Amino acid sequence: MHTPRDRHDLAEIIAAAAGKGETLELAGGGSKAAIGAPREASRVSLAALAGVVDYDPAELVLTVRPATPLAEVQQLVAGQGQMLAFEPWDHAPLLGADAHATIGGVVAAGVAGSRRVTAGSARDHLLGFTAISGRGESFVAGAKVVKNVTGYDLPKLMAGSWGRLGAMVELTLKVLPRPRTELTLALDGLSPAAAHAAMARALGSNAEVSAAAHLQSGLTLFRLAGFEPSVAARARHLPAILADHGRLRPLDAEEAAPAWQRAMTASGLAGAVLWRVHLQPANMPHLLAGWAGEWACDWGGGLVWLATDVQDDAVRQRAAELGGEATLIRAGDDIRARVPTFQPRTPGVMALESRVRRAFDPAGVFETARFQD
Amino acid sequence: MPAPDQSVLARRDEIAAALRAIVPGEGVITAEHELRPYESDGLTAYRQPPMLVVLPETTAQVSQVLAWCQANGVKVVPRGSGTSLSGGALPLADAVLLGMGKFKRVIEVNYEDRFAVVQPGVTNLAVTQAVEARGFYYAPDPSSQIACSIGGNVAENSGGVHCLKYGLTTNNVLGVELVLMDGEVVRLGGTHLDPAGLDLLGVVVGSEGLLGVVTEVTVRILPRPETARAVLLGFPDPELAGACVAQVIAEGIIPAGMEMMDKPAIHAAEAFVNVGYPLDVGALLIVEVDGPAAECDHLIEEVARIANENGAVTCRVSQGEAERLAFWAGRKAAFPAVGRISPDYYCMDGTIPRRRLPEVLQRMEELSQSYGLGVANVFHAGDGNLHPLILYDANVPGELHKAEEFGNDILRLCVEVGGVLTGEHGVGVEKRDLMPDMFAEADLRQQQRVKCAFDPDLLLNPGKVFPTLHRCAELGRMHVHHGEVRFPELPRF
Repeated sequence: MHTPRDRHDLAEIIAAAAGKGETLELAGGGSKAAIGAPREASRVSLAALAGVVDYDPAELVLTVRPATPLAEVQQLVAGQGQMLAFEPWDHAPLLGADAHATIGGVVAAGVAGSRRVTAGSARDHLLGFTAISGRGESFVAGAKVVKNVTGYDLPKLMAGSWGRLGAMVELTLKVLPRPRTELTLALDGLSPAAAHAAMARALGSNAEVSAAAHLQSGLTLFRLAGFEPSVAARARHLPAILADHGRLRPLDAEEAAPAWQRAMTASGLAGAVLWRVHLQPANMPHLLAGWAGEWACDWGGGLVWLATDVQDDAVRQRAAELGGEATLIRAGDDIRARVPTFQPRTPGVMALESRVRRAFDPAGVFETARFQD
Repeated sequence: MPAPDQSVLARRDEIAAALRAIVPGEGVITAEHELRPYESDGLTAYRQPPMLVVLPETTAQVSQVLAWCQANGVKVVPRGSGTSLSGGALPLADAVLLGMGKFKRVIEVNYEDRFAVVQPGVTNLAVTQAVEARGFYYAPDPSSQIACSIGGNVAENSGGVHCLKYGLTTNNVLGVELVLMDGEVVRLGGTHLDPAGLDLLGVVVGSEGLLGVVTEVTVRILPRPETARAVLLGFPDPELAGACVAQVIAEGIIPAGMEMMDKPAIHAAEAFVNVGYPLDVGALLIVEVDGPAAECDHLIEEVARIANENGAVTCRVSQGEAERLAFWAGRKAAFPAVGRISPDYYCMDGTIPRRRLPEVLQRMEELSQSYGLGVANVFHAGDGNLHPLILYDANVPGELHKAEEFGNDILRLCVEVGGVLTGEHGVGVEKRDLMPDMFAEADLRQQQRVKCAFDPDLLLNPGKVFPTLHRCAELGRMHVHHGEVRFPELPRF
């Protein structure tokens, strides 16, 4: 395990590995290490690269080092009445990791929570970064202002790249005001098809629902967020919009919090194998038809968690038939060794991705055996 | 621009014949007078007729045209509606201009899952028009929206006055069909969120036509907000207006639009459209909020309170839709209004951290005096995106050059205070040579290596964005010898 003290150290470690044809796995806190194939990779802990560099709430911009704990960042911005709008969350409990999520880790993994459906993902909030490429070379992309189109939008590529392009040493994120109040309204007893119809109706209405989720129990959740007078007005409006779909009832915080948690983080779903499926919401009921295991659904139906004890990749074929894709999040060593983490893309797209990765990392320093694509 | 390749020009007839075999009929234009309409885009100071124009109608034709051009070493410049303000679609004398204007179809609208699939030649406004009957719209609204195409919006990552709240093009596109320079057709993204693999869609949006040609676009559509209201605020000076903007955001309000105009812009606009802008103020803010009526009422009250706390001397809340539109009419006419008070104007597009606004305006005023050219400012205040309009007369010898130098100084100033060269218009040819002011050589080389992954022969829209063209083979070299590692390019921190 490498433990660079600073970015100069990190650059030397990467350049040395590139020169020797070795591979490196970048890690923030290590909370998501159980995602991907079992591997004997030489790890680089970015733990020393932590701390806030600059935070100006009025500019809506935060610059931070990658290993800063996610919880610390969220606490910092909450103290100013702000938030990371993409609602990143910590995978450690889900994966049983003895570690915590870092800001660099959630951005590199493209993590987004329930608000994804209206507020965007990590990719939509990473404004700029400084990174060390696979050449051991420091480079900057994007900027520290909220509106910028100067040069290629490399922050988009970096978000969700799982540390395969370079090691971020500094990230600039867009932050947004935290809603003054949030309210959850729910419908009971809906089938997946009825839930999709209700969620589509709500998200397509001007009641400005900020998140919508559906649980196996039949509970279907709608989140209203904003200033008090606005939330109150929309809470009166939404029941009429959904009148054909059932009777909405408000959920108190004690009932709402664990329900959202389940939809967003798959908490409590029983099954050794956990898949995360992204698909067009209308196909969610088709995916769930005949599914024997436990499940939960977020993003208005665009994200489905499937839990099972069956050790095969039938889910992946089913997701592909429905135009979606399945990511293997949690599984035993043997299945993770056999089944790639991500749904394969077309050969043309895979080849293009590979050329883009080589553009940042010509020697393949960051190509461990973790992702078999 | 790079000098035209005479050997390509000599093969013009052969190239035209080959492309006619792919796009039959009138899809290939070679007559000089018919090439003229294509000689410039929205950056009219630059003009160059293309070698020839090809107007394909299908993805297969685009693919064959690009593959043929790649195989024969012919450069290609893609073009949507030609409204770029940075010269993104400026032709080259030795390049084929690939016009996407015949891709005009709305292919699919899905209201349930809230997306529309359109061809790239569909105009920005036409997307909204295709879905508005059902209460939906497409959020990014560049001021050229009646003319600019969605394909061009994707290339330039276009914004608009509402992008602080609703995002730029990149935040509203779900997928594209893209043809690479070698003719390969790939689909990036689609109808679901966060596809697996690298976010190639994210880097294609805003790549200014250098990475591929978009032949289909899937955009997110949003339910139209219940209502919108605007408030017109006058301040003695821009500094107080800027403080008001900062406090609005600090209090947790993200308005749908927040526009500032300085004194010269206010006077020009009012003289042009007569909408009742106060003429005795140093800065004007238009703040628009949208959403449920209860929210708009609440927020307008809050904004008015904040404005008063920051020394506003005028505060008019729109009473009804007609007045709201009147408030905007002046702002939206600001460019042509300035065109009435000056023979020519040159529109800039830098972004700065908002807190540096007073200093930037002060130094802009000093530059204005030293160049002897006037400047009027309109400003997307919420996100710090400045549009200084430099007033000049192209008929006065040397004045265009002076205006461009003034503009360059303004953009360098934006970078110096921590901002960027372009907030929404793109780099194009216009700001290409300023890129080293914002990026170090290592940064630019990394961006160019991405270009090489898509277009290794550098045939697609060459001469845009990057000041120096490095051959891809040169960019691919690793400075590592026999395991001995040296860091000649490590920056000093």
